Amino acid sequence: MKNMNHPEHLFYTKSHEWILFTDDTTAKIGITDFAQDELGDLVFINLPEEGDEVEIDQVFADLESVKAVSDIYGPVNGKISAVNEILMDEPELINSDPYGAWFIEVSDITEKMNFLSAAEYIQFCEEEKELGH
Amino acid sequence: MSYIPNTDKDRKEIMEVLKIKSPVELYVDVPQSLMVEQLNLPKAKSELEVKRSLSKMAAKNKVYSSIFRGAGAYNHYIPSIVKSVTSKETFVTAYTPYQAEISQGVLQSIFEYQTMICELTGMDASNASVYDGPSAAAEAMNMTRERRRNKVLVSAAAHPMAIEAIETYFFGNGMEMELIPLKDGITDMDALKEMLNKEIAGVYIQHPNYYGLLEDAELAGKLAHEVGAKYVMSINPISGAILKTPREYGADIAIGDGQPLGMPISFGGPYVGFMACTNAMLRKLPGRIAGETVDAEGNRAFVLTLQAREQHIRREKASSNICSNHALMAMVASVYMSAMGPGGMAEAAQQSYSKAHYAAEQIAQIPGFKLRHQGHFFNEFLTDIPCSAEKILAHLDKKDILGGLPVDDGILWAVTEMNSKEEIDALVEALKEVAQQCN
Amino acid sequence: MQLIFERSREGRRCALLPTSDVDIKEIPAEFLRAQAPKLPMVSEIDLSRHYTELEKQVHGVNDGFYPLGSCTMKYNPQVNNEMAGLPGFANIHPLQDEASVQGALELLHTTKEYLCEITGMDEMTFQTSAGAHGEFGGVLMIKAYHESRGDHHRKKIMIPDAAHGTNPATATMAGFTVVTIPSDENGHVDLEKLRAEVGPDTAGLMLTNPNTLGLFDPNILEITKIIHDAGGLCYYDGANINPIMGVVRPGDMGFDVIHLNLHKSFSTPHGGGGPGSGPVGCKNILAPFLPKYNVVKEGDKYRFDNSEQSIGMMKGFYGNFLVNVRALSYLMTLGAEGPKQVAENATLNANYMMEKLAHKFDVAYPGICMHEFVVTMNRVKRETGVNALDMAKGMLDYGIHPPTMYFPILVGEALMFEPTETESKETMDEAIEIYLELYDKAYSDPEYLKNAPYNTPIKRPDEVGAARNPKVRYIFPEN
Repeated sequence: MKNMNHPEHLFYTKSHEWILFTDDTTAKIGITDFAQDELGDLVFINLPEEGDEVEIDQVFADLESVKAVSDIYGPVNGKISAVNEILMDEPELINSDPYGAWFIEVSDITEKMNFLSAAEYIQFCEEEKELGH
Repeated sequence: MSYIPNTDKDRKEIMEVLKIKSPVELYVDVPQSLMVEQLNLPKAKSELEVKRSLSKMAAKNKVYSSIFRGAGAYNHYIPSIVKSVTSKETFVTAYTPYQAEISQGVLQSIFEYQTMICELTGMDASNASVYDGPSAAAEAMNMTRERRRNKVLVSAAAHPMAIEAIETYFFGNGMEMELIPLKDGITDMDALKEMLNKEIAGVYIQHPNYYGLLEDAELAGKLAHEVGAKYVMSINPISGAILKTPREYGADIAIGDGQPLGMPISFGGPYVGFMACTNAMLRKLPGRIAGETVDAEGNRAFVLTLQAREQHIRREKASSNICSNHALMAMVASVYMSAMGPGGMAEAAQQSYSKAHYAAEQIAQIPGFKLRHQGHFFNEFLTDIPCSAEKILAHLDKKDILGGLPVDDGILWAVTEMNSKEEIDALVEALKEVAQQCN
Repeated sequence: MQLIFERSREGRRCALLPTSDVDIKEIPAEFLRAQAPKLPMVSEIDLSRHYTELEKQVHGVNDGFYPLGSCTMKYNPQVNNEMAGLPGFANIHPLQDEASVQGALELLHTTKEYLCEITGMDEMTFQTSAGAHGEFGGVLMIKAYHESRGDHHRKKIMIPDAAHGTNPATATMAGFTVVTIPSDENGHVDLEKLRAEVGPDTAGLMLTNPNTLGLFDPNILEITKIIHDAGGLCYYDGANINPIMGVVRPGDMGFDVIHLNLHKSFSTPHGGGGPGSGPVGCKNILAPFLPKYNVVKEGDKYRFDNSEQSIGMMKGFYGNFLVNVRALSYLMTLGAEGPKQVAENATLNANYMMEKLAHKFDVAYPGICMHEFVVTMNRVKRETGVNALDMAKGMLDYGIHPPTMYFPILVGEALMFEPTETESKETMDEAIEIYLELYDKAYSDPEYLKNAPYNTPIKRPDEVGAARNPKVRYIFPEN
C-alpha cells in the first residue's frame, strides 16, 4: 500500500469515515485518506443541513467523482451542529487534505458505533486492497 | 429483407468457428415450449412496396394549405438549411456522445444549443433538451421539490397537456398539484396569493398562456418568492425573441416546447423540450448537460458533464430517469436560431403578433365572433362563435383552411408569419359566410 | 474549432422572411425584453460550413463499426427517413379532426399490430418517447393497477442487479422502493434470493431478458411465476429485444407490460441522443391503464380511445410520430420472417466476436451469449495498468467506436460489445484483429494506451475540471 496517512488521534469506521471527538458528545466527521484515494478526484459533495439528525449506518452525505457516487454513513447518533460548506465549492480539498476537510460536526451524540483505531483501520484497508475492492 | 450483409457462406464460416450447425443451438437457454413457430405478420416487403404502402397512408391525411390552429403546435417558416444540416447522416446516426474524442461535433452543437437557450430565456444554464414542452413542465415541477415542500401551484391557463403531464409524473412521486384559477383568461393573482404558503415548492405560469394572453408574470414571480417557492415559467420560444425574458420576470426555471424553432408540426412529434435555470438550480436540472473543458494538450474540448447526477450512476437515487433526450431536435432548434439570427427571430415574432392582431380585429367584427378576453395577447386568441364549432370548421375545411381549435365553447385561433394577409382575408370572408348561415 | 458565436458578425443574416404584408402592430413596451438575445449573426455559407465541420468530428453508424453494447447501433435504412418526410406525415397538425388524419392513425395502429405480434402483447400506445419514458409509463401502470384494486401496500419492485440504471431510477420516480436482486454465479437471477424477497408488499419485477450481461435467463418462467404467485406484475425492459424477436416473445415468458426502444431494435436513428420512441405494450389486464393515446379500429375507421383509468399523458400529443413512421417502414421491410433473421444474425455475430476475442480477453460470463457480451479488463489492469478506459481510447485511433465501458457495473473494468446483425463478417474480422493487437499493446507498451487516443480531433478531455467548475454555456466577451 502506498504511503497513507492515518493519524493516531482519530477513530475510524469500516465504511472509511474518520471521527474526531472534541468532547464526549461532540465530533467532527470526514473521510479517510484511503477513501479519497480510492474515490479519485472528487467533483461534488451533497451535504445535509444543520439541525438534521445523523444515525449510525444511515447515509448522511454523498460524494461524486466524475463517474461514480459514494454514500457516506453516520458513525454516531446525534444532531448536526455544523456543516463544512466550503466543500460545496471546493470538493478538491477532500482529496488534498482529507483530515482537514471535515464534512459535519455532530453534537448531542447519544450512541457510537464500534470504532477502529488507526492501527486496526490500516490493517482493514490492507485486507480490502487484497480482496481487490 | 433485413439489411443483413452476411451471406449463407459467411454464416457457415461463423457457425464453423462456433462449432454449431444452426443458429437455433444458440437459444438453448430459451424454454423450448416458448419458441415462436411463425409470426402472424404480412410477408416482407421490398423497398418499393414499403414506399407504396406508406405513401398511401400519408395520402389519407389532409394537408391544409392554410393553418390557423396552434394550441401547442405552430406553423412557422422552416429555413431550407435547417433540414439539410440536420439530415447529415453522421448527426442522424450517432449515439449519445459518450466518447468525447470522437463526438466533439455533437457535444459542441449541444453546447451551442444550451447557450442559445440561455440567451433566449436569460437564464444561466440549460440542459441538452428533454422530450417536449409538457414533459419539460413535469420535470421542472419535480425540480422545485424540497424536503418540506411537496406541492405546486399551476396556472389553469397552462397548456392542458402540460397540466396533465405534471399530474401523471406526480402520480408517481406523490407530489401534489393545485390549479390557480383564472380571471378573464389570465391567472388570478389574488387567488395565487391566497394559495401560497411555506409548503408550496413551485409556481408555474405559461406566458403567453394557453389562450394566447400575456400574464402578470412579474407579480407571479414576486409572490412565489415571498414564500420561498420556486418560480417556473413556460414560454413560446418565438415570442421569447422579443418579450421580456423569464429571468427578467424573476424565474428560477424557464421551459418550453421548441417545436416553433424549425420543427414541422408532424402530428405532434418529435419536438423538443427546452429547460433552463439559474446557477443555483443547475445540479437539479435533469438530463444530459454538455460542458466546456480542455483536453490533455490544453485545447478547448466539450464533454458531457455533471453525469454523477444521472440515472446510470445514481440508479434509484437519481431524481429523474431521463436518458435519451432529443439531441437532433435540439440541433434543429440551434440551426433555426442561427439561420434566423436575432433579427429574423424578432421579425417572425413581430409578424406573428401583427398578423394575429390584424386577424383578431377582422374576425371580431363579424357578428358572433367577439374576442373572449380583454387582456393583451401574443399570436393566439379565443373568440366566441355564433354557431357550433363543428359547422364553422367544416365550412373552412371546404376552403382548405384548418380553422382554430374548439376550446371553451369558442375557437382558439393562432396566426403566424406564415399566414399572408390574403390568407387571413380569405379566412375572414369564409367566417362571414358561415356567420350568415348560422342565423 | 470556433463556436458559431465566434463566427458571428454584426449585420450578417440569411434572407428568409418577406416584409410584413399587414401593418406592424407595436407591442406595449412593458412586455419587451431589454436586450435582444445574442444569437449568431451569420450568412448561410457560414452556417453550412460550421455544421459541415462539426459533422467531421462525429462518428456515426455510417462512418464505421459501432459495437456499443446495450445500444443496438444497427444500420438506419434510408427509406425510413424518406417516408418520415412525406408531407402527409410531416405537415399534419396534431389537433386536426380524426377524420382528416386517418392515415396517421392507421400508421400507429399498424405499428401496434406488428409490435404486439412480435412481443406477445395485446395493446400498445406510443406517447412515451424514449426507453426511460416508456419504463416510467409502464411502471406507473403497475402502480395504477394495484391501486385500482385497493392494493395500496404493494410498494416494492424487484430489480436484478444486471438491470439498466434507468430501471431503479424509474421505480423510484414511480414512488416504489427498489429491492435489488443479486445475480448468481452464472449471471442469472438468483431464484432463492428472489423468493426470499417477494411477498404481499411486492408490486412487481423489472427485468431485461437477455440481461445486460447478454445472457438469456433459463429460469424466466419460474421468475415470472414467483412474482405472479405473490400478486405482483412483471415488467419487461425491451431494450435488449433484438436477439430474441421472432424467436421468443416476452408475453409468452410471462411479462405483463413492456417498453420497446424503437431507436434500438427497430432501426430508427439515435440522432446523437434522441429523439427515440419508447412505446408501452401490455396484456389486456393492464390495457385500461396505458398512457394516452390508444388507437383503435372500428370497421374501416380509426380513432383514439382512452380509458378513464389511463395513467394519462406523459408528454404532449401522441409521441414521436415521425419516429414511429420510420419504425413501421422497417417493420414492413422485415415482415414475418425478418425479425427472426435479425435475431439469429445478431446472436451469431456476437458469439463469433466473443469466441474470437476470448483467445486473449477474459469474457466475464463464458458460454453462449445473445446479442452482446461483456469482457473484463480486471486481469489486464492488474498485470499492465491498462484499464477498460485506456483500451477503449486506443480503439478510437482505428476509426471504430469503442464498446460500452464500465457497464454493467457488476463486472469490474467492463467492456461490452454488441456488433448487431447489420455488420458483416469481414467488418468484425477487421475489428477483432485490432482488438487483439491492442491487447498485445497493453503488455508491450502500456504507456501508449494510457495516453491514447492520438489521431482524434481532441485528446483526452479534462472531465474532472469540467465537473468541478461547470461551464455549460458560452460567455460572450465584454462588448
